[in-house]
Parts: sequence; C-alpha cells; structure tokens
Amino acid sequence: MTEEIRQIIADHGRLSVDATSLAPDTDLYLAGMTSHASVNVMLALEDHFDVEFPDSMLKRSVFESIAAIEAALGQLHADSPVS
Amino acid sequence: MSVSVDRDQAFLSAVCRIADEYAAPNATAVDREARFPAETIEALRAEQALSAFVPPALGGGGVAFETIAAACFELGRRCGASAMVFAMHQIQVISIVRHLEDSPWFEEYLQTLAREQRLIASATSEVGTGGDMGRSVAAVTNGEGGACTFEKQAPTVSYGAHADDLFVTLRRAPDAEPSDQVIVLARKEQLELEPKGTWDPLGMRGTCSPGYVVRATILPEQVLPTPFPRVSAESMVPVSHILWSHLWLGIATDAFDRARAFVRAAAKQKPGETPPTALRLSHLMSELSLLRAEVHSALGEFIEASEEPGRERLSTMAMALRFNNLKIAASEQAPRVCQGALGVCGIMGFKNDTPFSVGRHLRDTMSACLMVANERIHQTNASLLLIAKDV
Repeated sequence: MTEEIRQIIADHGRLSVDATSLAPDTDLYLAGMTSHASVNVMLALEDHFDVEFPDSMLKRSVFESIAAIEAALGQLHADSPVS
Repeated sequence: MSVSVDRDQAFLSAVCRIADEYAAPNATAVDREARFPAETIEALRAEQALSAFVPPALGGGGVAFETIAAACFELGRRCGASAMVFAMHQIQVISIVRHLEDSPWFEEYLQTLAREQRLIASATSEVGTGGDMGRSVAAVTNGEGGACTFEKQAPTVSYGAHADDLFVTLRRAPDAEPSDQVIVLARKEQLELEPKGTWDPLGMRGTCSPGYVVRATILPEQVLPTPFPRVSAESMVPVSHILWSHLWLGIATDAFDRARAFVRAAAKQKPGETPPTALRLSHLMSELSLLRAEVHSALGEFIEASEEPGRERLSTMAMALRFNNLKIAASEQAPRVCQGALGVCGIMGFKNDTPFSVGRHLRDTMSACLMVANERIHQTNASLLLIAKDV
C-alpha cells in the first residue's frame, strides 16, 4: 500500500522533491504540496482504493505524510485493488 | 459565570459609549481626510479595550470572543474605519492568545500589550503571491549574534504608520517552500517601514493602508510557536471573516437605520398615509435580516467548534468552506443593503451632509469583497468542493 500511495503522491502531489525519496513521516506540505494539489491527491486516493474520506478526515493532518495517509486508509478498511 | 458576564457587559457598554462619543462625531472627518481615527483608538486604549481578549492571568480583560464580535458590530454602526482598525488588532491578539503554546516571549509580550495598550497591525499580503495568504516570498533569515532579519514587500499595511507592533507572515527560512510559513511579531523599535505609494481610496479611508517595504531585526523567540497554516485554519481566517462580517453588518445596520429614519420623517409629514418608501424599507429589512442571520450563525458555529478538544473540526475542509462562504456572502450582501438604503433615501441619502447620508456606508462596504479578493476565495472553494462531502 505504501508504494501505491507514494505513486499517487508522485503523480498528483506536485512536490518540489522526488517522491521516491520520501520517508514515511516526511511532511508533504513542507515538501511543497499545496492545498490544491492535496485535493487532487485525495481524489486519486479515493479512486484508487475505492473509498470515500468522510468530512471529519478531510484535514491537513490526515494527509500530511505517507504514514498518516496509510493510517487513514486503514481506518476506512481500504484494501489494495486486486488488479 | 456571572462575573464574566458582568465583565463582558461592562466592556460592551464602554465600547458603545466610545462609538457614540468618539467614533460617530469624527466619522465624517476621518472619511473625508482619509485620516487615522486617533480619538476613537485613544478612547479604546483608555478603557483597556486593546487587551480585552488577553486572559486575566496575563493582565487582560478576559472578554469572550462573541463580545469582541459584538464590539466590532457596535463600532461599525458609527465608523467603519474605526471598527476595522479595532477588528484587525483583535484578530492579531486572538491569534496570539490561541496559539502561544506557553511561549515565555509571547506571554510577556501580551502582558506588555495589556499594560501599554499596544496596537498591532499586520503585513500578511505580499507582492508576488497573487493574493494567496498561504504562500510567502520573504523569509526569516539568520543574522548576526543569533538575531533574525527579514524584508517583505507588503502591498497594504492597514494603519502601519500608527501601530506599535507588526504581525508578519514569512517563510520559515530562506530554503523553505512558499507554503512553509511562520508568523513573526516585530516591535516598533525593531522595524523599518519604507512607504510605497499613497492612500486615497474609495472607502475605508481611515484605515490608512498604503504599501510598505518592511524590514526588521528580531529575536528567534518572536516567531510564534504554532506554524502559520494551523494558526490560519484554526484562528486567523475564521476570526477575520467573523469580525469583519460583524462590522460590515454594523455599517449596513446603520444604513438601514438611516433609511428607516427617513421613512418615519416622511410619514410624520403626512399622517394617516403610508409613504411609498415604506414598501422599499420592508424589502430592505429582509435583505438586512439575511445578512444578520448568516453573520450570527457563523459566529455560533465557530464558538461551538472552538470549544471541542483540540479544535480538530476547525481544520476540516467543511469548516474552511463554511467561513469562506461567510466572507463571500457578507461582503456581497452588506453593500447591497447600503445601496438599498440609498434607494430609500434618494437624493437625501446621496448627499454627504444630511442625517440620511449613506455614501460613506456604501463606499466602506464596497471594500469588503477586496479584503482577500472574493474571486481568490471562490478559487479555493472550487478546489475544496471537489472532495468535501457534507457542505
């Protein structure tokens, strides 16, 4: 799951650093992700993992690192797509 | 409970008195000469109103947020510029109080503010960011002997020349991303303000808001501990939008009151007949009540969310949309009410020297859609709406 999240961030996060070099707890916002880019990351995560983040989870702290995103997806019982 | 209610009532009564005795009689001159409302701010200082929100343990008044909002409304009814200066100062104070995280420097600063009734201005906008408060160009830079320096091109600094201290958003360091922002509180003796441009605007003329190049040398402790994005989401943005909208409501309410006085005067001239303008006044009342309802409900929602542990909900996109909507709705509705009042009063409202003049009200409220441009807020909302669910 970590690698899939990393790929989504690489595709949509518009970071100023290489996404493959991100540590699980690297702050994505400090790495240059704007709030607009974060919305695109959220949309891609919902699409890829077939989940819907409830409004209570739609806040900065939930999407600020790969580890935080993974924890959030875990709460939603998201599984990696089979294909 | 009753002690704090008494304290809040005493504070609000004092502000109402100052609004009547200082803000109202000087409003025309402040507007005409585009001068700072010095009499009103001095009177507020004498009542310790500049530290009203500071906790009593730090020497302040400990007044509740809703009472500060009510004070903005009352000042707005008498002089929009005075109310805006008061509101902007309170926004900085409230942001510090809610986010100082036991910082000894900021605790001592608040005590000094309470003792000396220091006035805080802010430099949050910047040349080169396209009006986006969430990005900065200027950065905190390490200087000599452990000090820090910065230089910021600020397109508008309201009452900058009249303030004691300045609240400035900056990048955390020269190599930080534009969105990696902190807030710095620089004191007057540490500041150099180089004026850029003039100040001869359509409305809110007494806020005296020309541009400046801001330079300062500060101590590292003068950086607020909480990062700006969190201060912004939990306090600065919602508090700004709530206090601004309260004073816009105050201006619109006074315009309505003038229109009502005009209709009553007409009715007295022809007893037994309802003047035709009374019908327009009725339409205007429903416009004003829409504005009032939006302003009051946003205040209630903010207070409720602020009382939750960790204020988590204030960081959600749904709440960002909520307070952005307040800003857009109130900034569009307030000038609409003032224009409606002009429609009721006719030429007597159009002239600047009658008891029914509403030109200043209309011009002052027309600044509302520019203070953080509504189109910029719509852009943010458009993005958030792609993902937010229950709005």
